Amino acid sequence: MSTYFHSVELDVDKCCGCTNCLKRCPTEAIRIYDGKAQILSERCIDCGECIRVCPHHAKRAYSSKIDDIKNFKYKVAIPAPSLYGQFNNLDNVNIVLTGLKEIGFNEIFEVSRAAELVSEATRKLIKENKLNKPVISSACPAIVRLIKIRFPELCDNVMPLLAPIEVAAKMARKEAVERTGLKPDEIGIFFITPCPAKVTEVHTSNSVKKSECDGAIGISRIYPELTKAMDHLSNVENLARSGLIGIGWATSGGESAGMLGEKYLAADGIENAIHILEELEDEHIRDVDFVELNACSGGCVGGVLTVENPYVAQARIQKLRKYLPVSMNHLNDGDIDEMMWENELKFDADIFRLSDDIFKAMEMMDRMENICKDLPGLDCGSCGSPTCRAMAEDIVKGKAKETDCIHKLKEQIQRVYDQLKNTI
Amino acid sequence: MSNAIHLHYDVSADDFTRAGEASGSVKKRLKSLGYNSDAIRRVAIAMYEAEINMVIHANGGYCDVDIYPDKVEILLADSGPGIPDVEKAMQEGFSTAPDNVRNLGFGAGMGLPNIKKYTDEMKIETTIGVGTNLYLTVNVNE
Repeated sequence: MSTYFHSVELDVDKCCGCTNCLKRCPTEAIRIYDGKAQILSERCIDCGECIRVCPHHAKRAYSSKIDDIKNFKYKVAIPAPSLYGQFNNLDNVNIVLTGLKEIGFNEIFEVSRAAELVSEATRKLIKENKLNKPVISSACPAIVRLIKIRFPELCDNVMPLLAPIEVAAKMARKEAVERTGLKPDEIGIFFITPCPAKVTEVHTSNSVKKSECDGAIGISRIYPELTKAMDHLSNVENLARSGLIGIGWATSGGESAGMLGEKYLAADGIENAIHILEELEDEHIRDVDFVELNACSGGCVGGVLTVENPYVAQARIQKLRKYLPVSMNHLNDGDIDEMMWENELKFDADIFRLSDDIFKAMEMMDRMENICKDLPGLDCGSCGSPTCRAMAEDIVKGKAKETDCIHKLKEQIQRVYDQLKNTI
Repeated sequence: MSNAIHLHYDVSADDFTRAGEASGSVKKRLKSLGYNSDAIRRVAIAMYEAEINMVIHANGGYCDVDIYPDKVEILLADSGPGIPDVEKAMQEGFSTAPDNVRNLGFGAGMGLPNIKKYTDEMKIETTIGVGTNLYLTVNVNE
């Protein structure tokens, strides 16, 4: 379907049709047809789990090339704080930021600066009772997409403040226009991203009509050139402008810590996040004002476009934060109005329902239940659907047939064999 | 097809980690049907409370669910000790749950009152020493 842009792509030549990605996809968005994986576009949330598990490296994430920045007169990098956790023995963020300038950017605007503003705005809005509690963070785009397609009752709890990337991009463009006198479209804003979900967010945003980012470059893509530049710096510029709250956003629990309160919950890893969303929907979680969910284990440092182990990166981020002031960025009057979502988060009911006609849907489900009873229940994935139940669903939707199940096929062959044997 | 989807679940005794399996499964099916989300939420909450009650007080039991286009009917049946005073059990905060259960955060005496709050119809049939049948209906209110 062309209406969905996805960063996560399949390299058909490398795909051997094994079931690793099929079994791990949290939204059952993968099927295997004719020995090749296929992503069901409308269900994919770009979490990147399939990239993580594919032993053949057949799943990859699209992100901008470093050369793309050359299309703009003035180039601004907005690095995610997770970038800082990727380097061994780094004790000064300025080395990374100066390195980015060395490889072609004119200006750096840290996303962590905007994160501090988002933290302050969230605290303010919660204090003024302007949000539906518990407030669910909107920083992880994979989580926002998941809520949009699976959790209708929670859409109103998603925080309507823009993610730090978008706030940073807006501020960076404004600053660059003022500084250079160039037109806004002569300035290229490039996000340095730890994950494919954020690449997708830059292309087709949930929160705004059009993202202020002109592109998103994966950390792993920029890493070789950046480390080389960092090794040969003649002087280190003083560019860092964020405190420990902003940089803390790189890891799970960091955004929550920025709430400066106790009534929060932070969960990371897509399966854990799904459990929490189920519990929130059933109102089993009470006495919590704020819920931070990250699709990746460890938080953004666990994104599939990072290069370092998330827990090593987390330890490095802790060290970097240690001597920083709490927060170096503060809201001005009217800032919050500029930081609100332009779009409304609407539940996309069509993605998981069997039919928009309840009578037809019930009929299909009735058939599914009967088909399921007849399947072996091994959830082996050999048919190309992730579970026997998913296969039953595919059958009633006309996308699979019962003999795609190798166990059913075996039974059928046995029957034919027995019949032939008796006739001879 | 018949005019309802019928589902049956066994609720095991003394296993808190498995309580919620039936309500979770029903919730997933209602979502696939494109059911009204408020009705799904109410079914999931009421059923979960009732499942927990069966685990705490009644050594488990079973649960029958009938899904209609406009309503969900649920029967939760157990062969536990029965409820001696239904009126009292319906009061908020009244609980006979043992301490070990309260320590887990359950047994606040909100089970039956919450079930009543989230459902449109609720009927209790209980006989001391024989068991309890709890009938629940959640209507789709568009």
